[in-house]
Amino acid sequence: MNAPQTPPKLKVATCSLAGCFGCHMSFLDIDERLLTLLELVEFDRSPITDIKHCGPCDIGIIEGGVCNAENVHVLREFRANCRILIALGACAINGGLPAQRNHLDLRNILEAIYATDTGLASGTQVPNDPELPLTLNQVHPIHEVVKIDYFIPGCPPSGDAIWKFLTDLVAGQTPHLGHGLIHYD
Amino acid sequence: MMSATFTIDGQEVPFTPGQSVMQAALSAGVFIPHLCYHPEFRPHGSCKLCTVKVNGRPATSCTLPAAAGMDVESNTPEILDKRRALLQMLLVEGNHFCPSCEKSGNCKLQALGYELEVFTPHFNQFYPDRPVDASHPDVLLDFNRCILCELCIRASAEVDGKNVFALSGRGITKHLIVNAESGKLADTNFALTDKAAQVCPVGVILEKRVGFAVPIGQRHYDAAPFSAHVAEFKPTPESQGERS
Ligand code: SF4
Ligand code: SF4
Ligand code: FES
Repeated sequence: MNAPQTPPKLKVATCSLAGCFGCHMSFLDIDERLLTLLELVEFDRSPITDIKHCGPCDIGIIEGGVCNAENVHVLREFRANCRILIALGACAINGGLPAQRNHLDLRNILEAIYATDTGLASGTQVPNDPELPLTLNQVHPIHEVVKIDYFIPGCPPSGDAIWKFLTDLVAGQTPHLGHGLIHYD
Repeated sequence: MMSATFTIDGQEVPFTPGQSVMQAALSAGVFIPHLCYHPEFRPHGSCKLCTVKVNGRPATSCTLPAAAGMDVESNTPEILDKRRALLQMLLVEGNHFCPSCEKSGNCKLQALGYELEVFTPHFNQFYPDRPVDASHPDVLLDFNRCILCELCIRASAEVDGKNVFALSGRGITKHLIVNAESGKLADTNFALTDKAAQVCPVGVILEKRVGFAVPIGQRHYDAAPFSAHVAEFKPTPESQGERS
């Protein structure tokens, strides 16, 4: 008789776009459950592994919205490679704090910060090195750019909410967050 | 004599003549989601969150008079989906950034989003440009979150006798205005003690200098969901048309 086979581990990739890494910190807040999770999943691109590009994955988790051209490229790479793509946290879901610049003119903001504000060294200019990704006129939630399969709200979502959502998903159930776990703040 | 009844999702609900479906439901402890309904005001029927199906046809329960034998559906997957879509449209039409909103935890729009498990606003964000009015010494107006429920308008006109607020424009350009030549709240006789300062279901009309004073965990909807607060929304004599 064959030995019982352990199911292959799910491949998971994560990244932060226009976010503050708070959602990733909250992800680490699942604490020792991370060890249980590591029995079920293996990480591809993620701040945890430092892999730079996302390969074929079962689940991709995105923190933050898109505020520049590089964000859009990374997001598309995730969508092309991940079977299931999850928006994690307020910024990925509605733009969040970075989107509060959306009613301001981009050139005015850049000039105020890098050129005209008091306290800057004389001759300071808006950086325009070709290495820098171009800033978008407005910050957008990621579902406005690619199809997103699941959303975990919160700023950040609590470790418990992330755990509940992912364990529901990995178990093949529709994820639910009851009262106290679902929050927008 | 037996009092007249109708059913909501099969549950029998008694009513007194003149009560709306919403009033009868809330009196009986049956929760129906709502935003523009307020127990002390006549119904307005604008938010449509309270939509139910009556004998198979959609109707707003806050405006529909209860009648004996009605068959009302409320908690069905179809109606819950419609209510979710309404909440999502309200969320993208304004600028709702809950983490930086003083109303967070005490907001009916947010609480209903939680209640109905709205994980995402789904639609594309409008990101409208709506400058705030911080002119008044005691009250901030943050128009970014207005859902046009007219509760402040109704309260200012009917209770305070002041007519401080009004709606202007049509369709998607409709917005709340302040009745002053300058358009500024400071140039009206609005006061913090006005009823209109207390009725906003979302985070538009905010008392200054008290924001975030109540810690997370102790806010109005932290302990129990919107539906568990059903007793707060029971009709009062005023809502049954008895305000003189
Ligand atoms: S008004 Fe309510 S839904 Fe809107 S930002 Fe404030 S707490 Fe969130
Ligand atoms: S300010 Fe508040 S009470 Fe007034 S119409 Fe807007 S949402 Fe309603
Ligand atoms: S509560 Fe009935 S339409 Fe708003």
